[in-house]
Amino acid sequence: MEFPDDVRYTKDHEWLRLNNGDGVVGITDFAQDQLGDVVFVELPAVGAELSQGQAFGVVESNKTVSDLFAPVSGRVTAVNPALRDEPERVNQDPYGEGWMIRVALGRRQEVDGLLDAAGYRALVEDEKS
Amino acid sequence: MLLDEPLIFERGSRGREGWDVPPAPAGEVLPLPAELRREDDLAGLPEVGELEVLRHFLRLSQWNYSAATTLYPLGSCTMKYNPVVNEEAARLAGFARLHPLVPAALAQGALAVLAGLEDALMAVTGLDAVCLQPAAGAHGELLGLLLVRAYHVERGNPRRRVLIPSSAHGTNPASAALCGYEVTEVPANERGLISAAAVATVMDESVAALMVTNPNTLGLFEEEIEAVSAAVHARGGLVYMDGANMNALMGVAKPGDMGVDVMHLNLHKTFSTPHGGGGPGAGPVAVRAALVDYLPVPRLVRRADAFAWNEEAPKSVGRLHAFYGNFGILLRAYAYILRLGGAGLAEATRLAVLNANYLRARLVSTYHLPYATPSLHECVFTDRNLQDHDVHTLDVAKRLLDYGFYAPTIYFPLVVKGALMIEPTESESKETLDEFADAMLRIAAEAATDPTLVRDAPHTARTGRLDETRAARRPVLRWRPAPPAAG
Amino acid sequence: MSAYTPHTPGDVAAMLATIGVRSLDDLFAHVPAALRARAAIGLPAGLTEPELRAHLDALAARDPGAEAAVFLGAGAYPHWSPAVVDQILRRSEFATAYTPYQPEVSQGTLQTIFEFQTFAALLLGLEVANASMYDGASATAEAVLMARRLLPGRRTAWLSRALHPHYRATVATYLRGLHDVVLRELPFAADGRSDLGALRAGLGEDALCVVVGYPNVFGVVDDLAGAAALVHEAGALAVSVTTEPLALAMLRSPGASGADVAVAEGQGFGLPVSYGGPGVGLFAIHERHVRSMPGRVVGETVDAQGRRGFVLTLATREQHIRRERATSNICTNQGLCTLAVTVYLSMLGRQGLRALAEANYRAAHLAAARLAAAGATPAFGAPFFNEFVVRAPEVVARWETLASEGLVAGFPLERWYPELAGTLLLCVTETHSTAQIDRLLHAVAPLAPKPRAARA
Repeated sequence: MEFPDDVRYTKDHEWLRLNNGDGVVGITDFAQDQLGDVVFVELPAVGAELSQGQAFGVVESNKTVSDLFAPVSGRVTAVNPALRDEPERVNQDPYGEGWMIRVALGRRQEVDGLLDAAGYRALVEDEKS
Repeated sequence: MLLDEPLIFERGSRGREGWDVPPAPAGEVLPLPAELRREDDLAGLPEVGELEVLRHFLRLSQWNYSAATTLYPLGSCTMKYNPVVNEEAARLAGFARLHPLVPAALAQGALAVLAGLEDALMAVTGLDAVCLQPAAGAHGELLGLLLVRAYHVERGNPRRRVLIPSSAHGTNPASAALCGYEVTEVPANERGLISAAAVATVMDESVAALMVTNPNTLGLFEEEIEAVSAAVHARGGLVYMDGANMNALMGVAKPGDMGVDVMHLNLHKTFSTPHGGGGPGAGPVAVRAALVDYLPVPRLVRRADAFAWNEEAPKSVGRLHAFYGNFGILLRAYAYILRLGGAGLAEATRLAVLNANYLRARLVSTYHLPYATPSLHECVFTDRNLQDHDVHTLDVAKRLLDYGFYAPTIYFPLVVKGALMIEPTESESKETLDEFADAMLRIAAEAATDPTLVRDAPHTARTGRLDETRAARRPVLRWRPAPPAAG
Repeated sequence: MSAYTPHTPGDVAAMLATIGVRSLDDLFAHVPAALRARAAIGLPAGLTEPELRAHLDALAARDPGAEAAVFLGAGAYPHWSPAVVDQILRRSEFATAYTPYQPEVSQGTLQTIFEFQTFAALLLGLEVANASMYDGASATAEAVLMARRLLPGRRTAWLSRALHPHYRATVATYLRGLHDVVLRELPFAADGRSDLGALRAGLGEDALCVVVGYPNVFGVVDDLAGAAALVHEAGALAVSVTTEPLALAMLRSPGASGADVAVAEGQGFGLPVSYGGPGVGLFAIHERHVRSMPGRVVGETVDAQGRRGFVLTLATREQHIRRERATSNICTNQGLCTLAVTVYLSMLGRQGLRALAEANYRAAHLAAARLAAAGATPAFGAPFFNEFVVRAPEVVARWETLASEGLVAGFPLERWYPELAGTLLLCVTETHSTAQIDRLLHAVAPLAPKPRAARA
């Protein structure tokens, strides 16, 4: 199970990586493992305004469907076009090619409230036990 | 099982005719305008012969397990024997060829069937009126909740919420949402039951109804049902009962006596109509007198000398099916009820409960039983005792197929992790139950000695485990004609 | 012991001993005694099988026999069905299976549904179809609900007044609990087609969809292409509804005419009218909308050895996973009815279906011409398939009497359309004999010399 240090985490198992003032968002390795084979990812339109904690999309595996929650507020500037035809990227590379949306951050200070790798790892250990 | 069989579209030969259609009458007619004519001349439809068609579908039939060919212990589905004589009844020309719009005077036989069935379902449920129009249980739920809404609207406020136990079938919240209601979950207690106290905690004047399945999806009778109903009624709410498990209650307890105001029945479960690979079914709704005015149109009325349809019902919620619902299914259920009579229906319930408890007793020392509460017509086990061998509910289900049995309902209800929900019905003999129990025990033993054998099952079926991920990621939902060859 | 249960007293005793209780009653001890005390079912004793058959035979005999001449369609259509269809429907392997949850031992059901989906998509002229809905009326309601999911925020759903009234009523019922859709009625013009001028004038920015019958309840081939073009200009969806599926074998397909959602009642394909049910709803859409589609759907895949097989798929749209956010609360299809449709269409095949549609078209048009000559003039001028409306007030006045004599002279439309008093909706298919049509003519013009056979 990977917990990279270059991203911040939510309690709902999304991650956020800061990149030139934008935030890139995806779901964690733990989340993809729990979901099983991802078969479809529903993402918002570019330009959509998100507020922190708001459901911005849906990830579907064979047997379950989960909401995706925005780690931060902001405007969606890009969605990962590859997921439309290759949702398996979420399983194969959750922190890389399985990214979901890019957000122009609305309130930078929200990032400080997100978990770091150690905090998220503790959360996951807690959920597993 | 081993014969290969392509799609019907991959069979046949260009220009071959299957069935000689009656010749078109001669004479001058105005042709259909060209711009309204079919654009593709029906390209892609098969061109196959009669024997070819018969053989195709007979071969496919042999790839199915069915309730007639083996024990089909799907929990919550009541896969009882579907009497053959009922199939004859549905094919009588006076019923099968009866057009729904003939004047009522010409349909008195069919209307007598419907009236007789309404009466019988009232006798079983202890409620005051029945609507036979819904085509399935979920369709009945939709109607039931629309009746609830209409009832509250007339009292000034449709209300906002519906209470649903966490063990409920997924159709319950889906139906509530379709009627514009928010869902509030009611947790079950440690015995798998809902308590009147738990209901009272979340009950207030914003709640339109409680939807309760009794016995619940764990096969357990809701022992506090009378107090639960009273708690709902005390704040002006109504009690909706999902009657999916009515096979456990006939002659045991009437929903009308439990405080239920409105419910649906699944005739394809309790009343023996064939499941047909997923339908057609029928989901009649029974109601207390206070809800009668809202029932769909048309209503069957009993006049002194004849039956008739009445379309005039100003408070009715309308209709939710063309004509009168699935008459052919209603007829089969009526035949079943006539054949068994009141005492026979009660006996069916008693033996269904006996069979489920017998299986529970035979399996309980091997499989983990999450709730020790007494079972009625089905029992729910889990895969917990097999997990050390990395063998799971899905594997047990697949291995049962090798033993010639269909699988129980699995991973439902959601409140039980790794659920195996077994409903044998009253139709099965002790010998068949013993064979099934023996197979379940052998699978548990195999899980310890040869877990791969179980994990790779089925080994004898038409196909191995199918790649469901591939099916969902890149859906192929139909056959397509091959592109024309180049040149 | 009752019918259909195999238990001997010895079996029951042995089973009770294994369970560890003394009597069957003990199994119900936890059910409140007050409930049990009142639970006896007040119904007579059961019948033997011969008694049951005699009883039902007697009831069936009260309904009109095969010798009656019934010219009714209006949503339920009489057609001959090849004997092979019923032979397959009687196969217990199909009839007594459940929804195919265990695909490895349900390939028979799954492959036939996949074939059904293919037939439905081909006939409706769209890319994909689901595994069926309850009937045409509920499928129409599901189509409007799907439009609501695809175009959130748009509120106005237009239903043609020439759409079957049971279908319109069903849509209204399904929408009763939801407050974000308003139904508006699109009037019909003098030729029996939906009034596109009124549609053009009425369509606005909040248009959600337009639903038209194709053919409509008058048997008239509505201007689906014209309606679809207007609807698309407004950014809304076109829904076509076909109650007589055989018409699809002759008419330009709904998809080719611009429908975004095409539904149909499949009863005419191999199912008896059976007093109005069961039927089966066909439901087809563009592939891009598939994740918003209601209902079960079967897809193709492979097993570990690469063998082709079929499974229920896209289940995340459905109630058992998505619960209150499902695309529909439906959790079955009309399995056995899809089988009937599939076998029927296989039997007729491309040639047979074309020929049968042609035969229906000709039979209805010849009958209409003879009726017009006898004084029952057409009420509408637009093209029709095998159903049409005539003005015949004298026949309407005697409708029940004629029916009691074995001639059901169509359906008096006044019961559904007060503005069409004095008209009859007549359906003529391949099942109607020349002698039956002569009876109808005789009723229209009793004083005219009895007409000779149509093909004389």
